[in-house]
Amino acid sequence: MRELTYAEALREGLRQAMMADPSVFLIGEDIGRYGGAFGVTAGLIDEFGGERVIDTPISEAGIAGACIGSALTGMRPVGEIQFMDFVTLSMEQIVLQAAKIRFMFGGKASVPMVLRMPAGAGTGAAAQHSESLESWFVHVPGLKVVAPSSPYDAKGLLLASIQDDNPVIFVEHKLLYKEKGPVPEEMYTLPLSQSHVVRQGRHLTLVATSAMVPRALEAAEQLAAEGIDVEVIDPRTLKPLDDAPIIESVKKTGRALIVHEAVKTGGFGGEIVARIVESEAFDYLEAPVRRLASLDIPVPYNRTLEAAMVPQVENIAAEARKLVKGKY
Amino acid sequence: MSATKNVNVAAARPQSVLERMGPDLPRQMLQEMLLIRSFEEKAEELYALGKVHGTMHLSIGQEAVAAGASHALRKGDYLLNHHRGHGHCIAWGSDPNLMMAEFLGKENGYCRGRGGSMHIANIEANNLGANGIVGGGLPIAVGVGLSIKLRKTDQVVLSLFGDGAANEGAFHESLNMASIWDLPIIYLCENNQYAMSMPVQRSMKVERISERAAAYGMPGVTVDGNEVTEVYQAVAEAAERARRGNGPTLLEAVTYRWRGHSKSDRQVYRTRDEVKQWMKRDPILRFAALLGVDDQELERLRAEAKRRIEEAVAFAEASPEPDVSTILEGVYA
Repeated sequence: MRELTYAEALREGLRQAMMADPSVFLIGEDIGRYGGAFGVTAGLIDEFGGERVIDTPISEAGIAGACIGSALTGMRPVGEIQFMDFVTLSMEQIVLQAAKIRFMFGGKASVPMVLRMPAGAGTGAAAQHSESLESWFVHVPGLKVVAPSSPYDAKGLLLASIQDDNPVIFVEHKLLYKEKGPVPEEMYTLPLSQSHVVRQGRHLTLVATSAMVPRALEAAEQLAAEGIDVEVIDPRTLKPLDDAPIIESVKKTGRALIVHEAVKTGGFGGEIVARIVESEAFDYLEAPVRRLASLDIPVPYNRTLEAAMVPQVENIAAEARKLVKGKY
Repeated sequence: MSATKNVNVAAARPQSVLERMGPDLPRQMLQEMLLIRSFEEKAEELYALGKVHGTMHLSIGQEAVAAGASHALRKGDYLLNHHRGHGHCIAWGSDPNLMMAEFLGKENGYCRGRGGSMHIANIEANNLGANGIVGGGLPIAVGVGLSIKLRKTDQVVLSLFGDGAANEGAFHESLNMASIWDLPIIYLCENNQYAMSMPVQRSMKVERISERAAAYGMPGVTVDGNEVTEVYQAVAEAAERARRGNGPTLLEAVTYRWRGHSKSDRQVYRTRDEVKQWMKRDPILRFAALLGVDDQELERLRAEAKRRIEEAVAFAEASPEPDVSTILEGVYA
């Protein structure tokens, strides 16, 4: 199959959605001629014009509101928040408006919008341009939270998110934008709320999200050479979460490790741990359920410090090894 | 504080505005203002009787804004209003039965009892809902305006907010975006003098909120918000401008809320005398006088409004409570 980068896959998804449905439009900062801070929307303004690829002032609350109001009145907006950090400036609109409108109005309104935003460290952009804030949104009923980890998932999940009738927080990862992978040319969707068993294994269930998925797979390959057989699961949709494959997997392996880039305390990993220990998988556990996440600090600028904060392949492999070898 | 200090005298004479309204509308508007007043007086009574829980924000004294603005627009236009929103909802043509049912938290209320006083919407009528967050509707108005522009219809959005919201950052983002894209939005600020306890004079240096329009390159107009004809005329002109594709307008309707901010307000920040002075400028009495409605007829109309609201209360009280088994419905589409 033809290969595309994660950014190209997203762009193709946006283009196909806009061609298929005139109610889809894009709105965000520098997404037109500039092509977006990470180039995801490059060239789309030439194809669809400034009316459907709308450059905004630096107004993140306004971008979110523009999505909400247009979604309420028949459009399917796809907003871009330039860095996930900046979504802090849109929080009222997302949390108190987009998420609540349907319920508050008795199920009589819908807000079919997607808000794309790049998360993550690893680019040397320091504390205000490197956040992974997905668990904030997971905590809000009414929102869906999607985080693709491969080009194939990026396109399929983006198209599914655009077709969904709910507000979707679509978390992209900056380090993944240039990663390549097979992507079908046709327009396809991957169902939301369907966890994906990326790699089958017998000894350990490794649940990873976003950029931690390729790292988990690389760690799993290293461990395979040592005779440790790791099952890797990517939830892909963090909310509403499909926990059944995770629970089934833990029943099989008896061990679970959760890896995410967001800081550990209050992170999404805690939710996965809770789902496991609240379920019948508890009786199958042969070791404590462990989390590997970023240190509880703001993202540091220095390259060495930044890398030391975030789980790397070696850290994941080491943690998995300890779990499987009964060191906990 | 002088009641009229900030008020521009509208260019159009009241009689000419009445002519513009046609033969039937003025009377209908007067009846609606009485209906709003009755609804809110009844809401207050039901609260005192312990029949509603939570809080509510009453717009008694501000009825001219709701009636004047709503009727200057067309069916198919959009409304986004604020927490003090019963009046706009009624003037937008909502059914008092369904509003009262919502107020009492009943299943057949406009929002199935999930929204309550602060969150009444009537999506079918393009009433996109009241908002519990001060200024929360302002960014949404940009989206509705943008949607109208993209769909190439001649609808407009009426975005209602208070003087308090004019100090939110969302106000700046919204007005700027609407202006650069010439969106068909009528920003109508109901300046009722207080953001909870904070008087306008202490919360901004400009004398008129409408002066801020200049910063966004749009027209700004202040009208007497207790004068229906002034509100109607200003909104009608802003709507015409918006429909022509010339973009948004910032209107300020200077008015006054007779009651406290909400039910917990002991009103220690203003004098009784100030309230009394404003009550002399009752928008209902002023409009009745303009229409030549005498006291006897006004009392008859008032009794009719009260009867209609009693009917709404009876409907609401007879309506079913939501079934707890449906509690999870409506979170996701």
